[in-house]
Amino acid sequence: MGSKRPARREFLKSGAALAGGFTLGAAAPALGQTPASPAMIKGDKDQIAYGDRSRFVTSVRIPHGGRPSPDAFGLVFHVATPLQDSVGMITPSSLHFVGTTRGSFIPDIDPREHRLMIHGMVDRPLTFTMEDLKRLPSVTRLHFIECAGNRSSRRATTVQETHGMTSCAEWTGVLLSVLLKECGLKGGASWFVAEGSEEVKGASSIPLAKAMDDCLVAYGMNGEAVRPQQGFPLRLMVPGFEGIFHSKYLRRIKVVDRYYMNYNDYGHLDQEPKVAALGFQIGPKSVITFPSGAQQLPGRGFYEISGLAWSGGGAIKKVEVSTDGGKRWNNAEIKGTAYRMAHTRFSYMWNWDGQETELQSRCTDEIGQVQPSRAQVAKYWNKPLDPSFSVPGLDNTIQPWRVASDGSVHNGNA
Amino acid sequence: MGACTMGMLRVLPFVLLMSVSALAQSPTYGVGRTPSAEEIRAWDISIGPTGEELPTGRGTAKEGAQVYRAKGCAGCHGATGIGGTSPILKSKAGPDVELWARGRILPLRSPFATTVWDYINRAMPLNREGTLTADEVYALTAFLLYINDVIPEDEILDAQSLPKVKMPIGDRYASLPEWKPRTPRLKGYPY
Repeated sequence: MGSKRPARREFLKSGAALAGGFTLGAAAPALGQTPASPAMIKGDKDQIAYGDRSRFVTSVRIPHGGRPSPDAFGLVFHVATPLQDSVGMITPSSLHFVGTTRGSFIPDIDPREHRLMIHGMVDRPLTFTMEDLKRLPSVTRLHFIECAGNRSSRRATTVQETHGMTSCAEWTGVLLSVLLKECGLKGGASWFVAEGSEEVKGASSIPLAKAMDDCLVAYGMNGEAVRPQQGFPLRLMVPGFEGIFHSKYLRRIKVVDRYYMNYNDYGHLDQEPKVAALGFQIGPKSVITFPSGAQQLPGRGFYEISGLAWSGGGAIKKVEVSTDGGKRWNNAEIKGTAYRMAHTRFSYMWNWDGQETELQSRCTDEIGQVQPSRAQVAKYWNKPLDPSFSVPGLDNTIQPWRVASDGSVHNGNA
Repeated sequence: MGACTMGMLRVLPFVLLMSVSALAQSPTYGVGRTPSAEEIRAWDISIGPTGEELPTGRGTAKEGAQVYRAKGCAGCHGATGIGGTSPILKSKAGPDVELWARGRILPLRSPFATTVWDYINRAMPLNREGTLTADEVYALTAFLLYINDVIPEDEILDAQSLPKVKMPIGDRYASLPEWKPRTPRLKGYPY
């Protein structure tokens, strides 16, 4: 302990000198003993009511997938989260990705008018108001949502482009199993159809076993009401399943005895049984968010490599980082608690020697699934591994970031 | 019935036996209101593979061609179902090409004609959803199936005949494996 003290004192001294240098440089000659004050943000009513972030923080979402969003008519298409700027595991609601199947106008729903109907193969069909739902026992859980089309490509530059169609929020609501028990399930029921109240009334078939396991009818997101872009006033959470199942503006649940072949369901069909099997539940996946594509390291020396890991199979058990292109793997530190079907922040302490290298991460989840490399997946499908190889089904392969000797960071899949 | 449902039907009863016995009891919280049968009918726009929810009504491809023009479908989908800005409704490839290679075209690839009826009824036309009559939806469905050579031009579609339409895909699509919690989706996959 004692030997560490001088080092700490040295650090504090240099830190103080640095901070002093900062403010003094910008201020008038200091006559007094305290550093000059920074510029002020004047209080205004709106900022008191609902505060904004600093004007110096400019991280924003971007349209994803090549279509403008919004388009000339105000239609919203895919929008990706700026993962390169993310810290911790929660995506702010304002930065949560938005996925829309054919582009959509965001419905402007009065929650007092909104109803959820549960019917079909139940003993007692029931209709719930938002007030009804808030009377019932609630749960609060961290869950990621990821679009099935979230995949790296040769053309992508940043982690926002390669992985930005995943986000993680804290969701509050009623377990769907509670509502279904309230209605009483009939024998033979095996699937349910979840339907939204937006203009196309998007509907999907979901296994009833999933409903009884952990589906959540959510009215809360990150400590407030679910945002309109995320399904206000009610969104179905289907933890770990492809994003499309997380039905927004939830209006109806119909309990049925078969895959109901809705438009979304037909869109999910595949010719190849193995590709079909890779649907629904998202595989183990991770990505380094710093340093990542288009970022710039100022020089050799110490960096905390930071990233996110998640899996539809459950909680993240282990994350490994390679700083030499996948030759050696080192255990990363998992920050805080790894929750089931939630983004999990990891880090690895790294001293960069200034040489060109490649950074990778891979994760293992609680059921032992290990995130594969593109080479492993190509081998599985018996396809040559070249840059044009497209991973069938959901792409959860390892993302390499190439660090050039000048400190610039590039997509290793390019 | 499609191959996809059969696998599920075989296995799920076991899962459900466990849960259903515990569920067949009176409500715990007594929250929520019982909707009337009429209310449920009005809200329930799902048309499943058996077609049991289909309303009365009828239509043919000839009538559908008129509805297609009158309702402005061509504005987004092209005069012949090809060439608009929205999803194409008729395959550019002929029946000599393998079905899965003919494109993801709803009235061609869906295993059930009910999917076509359901989607037109719930989601079309853009910004005027829910304005088509049942007859118009039957007619449009017939028109789209006709231009893809699935049914003849004079076939009358109604609640009885629509679920019986033989779609070209048959059961040539992959079955969906049963989903179980805490289980990998595909055995042998490198994950």
